[in-house]
Amino acid sequence: MQRIYLDCVSSKPIDRRVLGFAKPYLEHNYGNPSSLHSVGLEAKRVVEDARVKVAGLINAENENTIIFTGGATESNNLAIKGAALRNANRGKEVASSAIEHISVLNSMKELQKGGFTFNLIPVDSNGIVDLEKLKEVLTKNITVTSIMYANNEIGTIEPIREISEIVHERGLYLHIDGTAAAGYIPVDVQADGVDLLTLSSNDLYGPQGAGALYVKPGVKLQPVILGGGQERGLRSGTENIFAIAGMGEAARIAKDEMPSESERLREMRDKLIDEILTIDEAYLTGHPTQRLPHHASFYFNQIEGESILLNMDMYNIQVSTGSACSSKTLEPSHVLLAIGLKHEEAHGSMVLALGRSNRIEEVPRIVHAVKETVERLRKLSPLSRKEVI
Amino acid sequence: MAQIGYSKKVMDHFFNPRNVGTIENADGYGKVGNPVCGDLMEMYIKVKDDVITDIKFQTFGCGSAIATSSMVTELAKGKHVDEALKITRGDVASELDGLPPQKMHCSNLAADALHEAVKDYLNKKEGSAKGGDQGEAIRESQGGK
Repeated sequence: MQRIYLDCVSSKPIDRRVLGFAKPYLEHNYGNPSSLHSVGLEAKRVVEDARVKVAGLINAENENTIIFTGGATESNNLAIKGAALRNANRGKEVASSAIEHISVLNSMKELQKGGFTFNLIPVDSNGIVDLEKLKEVLTKNITVTSIMYANNEIGTIEPIREISEIVHERGLYLHIDGTAAAGYIPVDVQADGVDLLTLSSNDLYGPQGAGALYVKPGVKLQPVILGGGQERGLRSGTENIFAIAGMGEAARIAKDEMPSESERLREMRDKLIDEILTIDEAYLTGHPTQRLPHHASFYFNQIEGESILLNMDMYNIQVSTGSACSSKTLEPSHVLLAIGLKHEEAHGSMVLALGRSNRIEEVPRIVHAVKETVERLRKLSPLSRKEVI
Repeated sequence: MAQIGYSKKVMDHFFNPRNVGTIENADGYGKVGNPVCGDLMEMYIKVKDDVITDIKFQTFGCGSAIATSSMVTELAKGKHVDEALKITRGDVASELDGLPPQKMHCSNLAADALHEAVKDYLNKKEGSAKGGDQGEAIRESQGGK
């Protein structure tokens, strides 16, 4: 049975074209960009070329706004801790939405331990940030507000421009986690009014182990990782040339192909949602229209998500879940709880995140597997009996 | 090397669970867990001369919750009720060639469900020996965590 990989929120395969582009930098060009000899200069050229391509994806003012990091988690840490600590003289408050990635929430909590006040902004049942609450909470003491462009678990796209206006009237910096959105919907840091933006290489079909942080000209940050002063002193450590070269090429391809690719995925996604919602007691999570084009997320009553994941894997279809039973903490997804799902509903969640390898012809096989999985697990479940003994 | 994921036996019991269902007029019934926590197990037993002749379960929960339920029914079937009460969570896990560490506690309630069902049977038996039928009242009392 051919694999149907629908877990593109967890990890993506590297694009073959990206691999072809970057492989020589793993095999042949082993230079350190800090070295002044020809081998070092070649490595430096590769990094700068990637910087231009990444800047192009998000319409940054210039390539010097791009700081390469080890991944999105690191970029989030640098943006939040780096900006809050550097600007602590202007206020010791920070804010984020309740559905941010755990690397954002844990960075905020770390600041809280250091004496900062952390304001958590709620979201509505579709996952949209409560703008009234944001206005109410924001004061000029808040130095960093962090909101994701789009959510990886429920697909909801946030109204970034409205958020930017509110934040800039009152707070200092707006950090946007663009990990899930970039490459699928247009991200324009200038038009959107973004001060700091997180990107991940792998989410663009690039190699794992690289990420970037856009830092708007004039935004003041302090580094989290100290050392030889690479990346304008903001991220020390010898550059991962292979991953950075790959990330640059991945960003270039993502930008070129976004209009047609997103449209293709949207069509497949809509078909999946329509079909899966015909299942009894199946519900969509996240916003019905303001959502990522490749993202379909659900919950099913009476059954549990880890079982769904394992059962779907039997059909060689890989999905993800926000169920507690599949997490290390054994807590259900904070995102699903924040949009108001009950624990037992959050336990029954399933995320289908489509990617370049998927074809619309796969929809019948996916729908068939989901239907059989739900039916089988409900037969096993005491909750599906109409009258409970 | 640390165990990664579930053992083959767990996956076998997850995909082909034994003794799924309910028993009408069961001699013993046990229920443990809570859907809020992500696990709910119900166990039914039929007993003759203090020996478990039939056993069925229904489970809401993750892979290990379903696999442990299935395994405990296999271990208990044909056993004297006193022996069934001695089956531990550890026995169930080792019969399945182990469970991931985080699953040992939360999703390994199957033995508890069995014990509840056996206790229900013993209570009913005691009740009928005294001449009264307390079965319904006991059935309402739920065990577990």
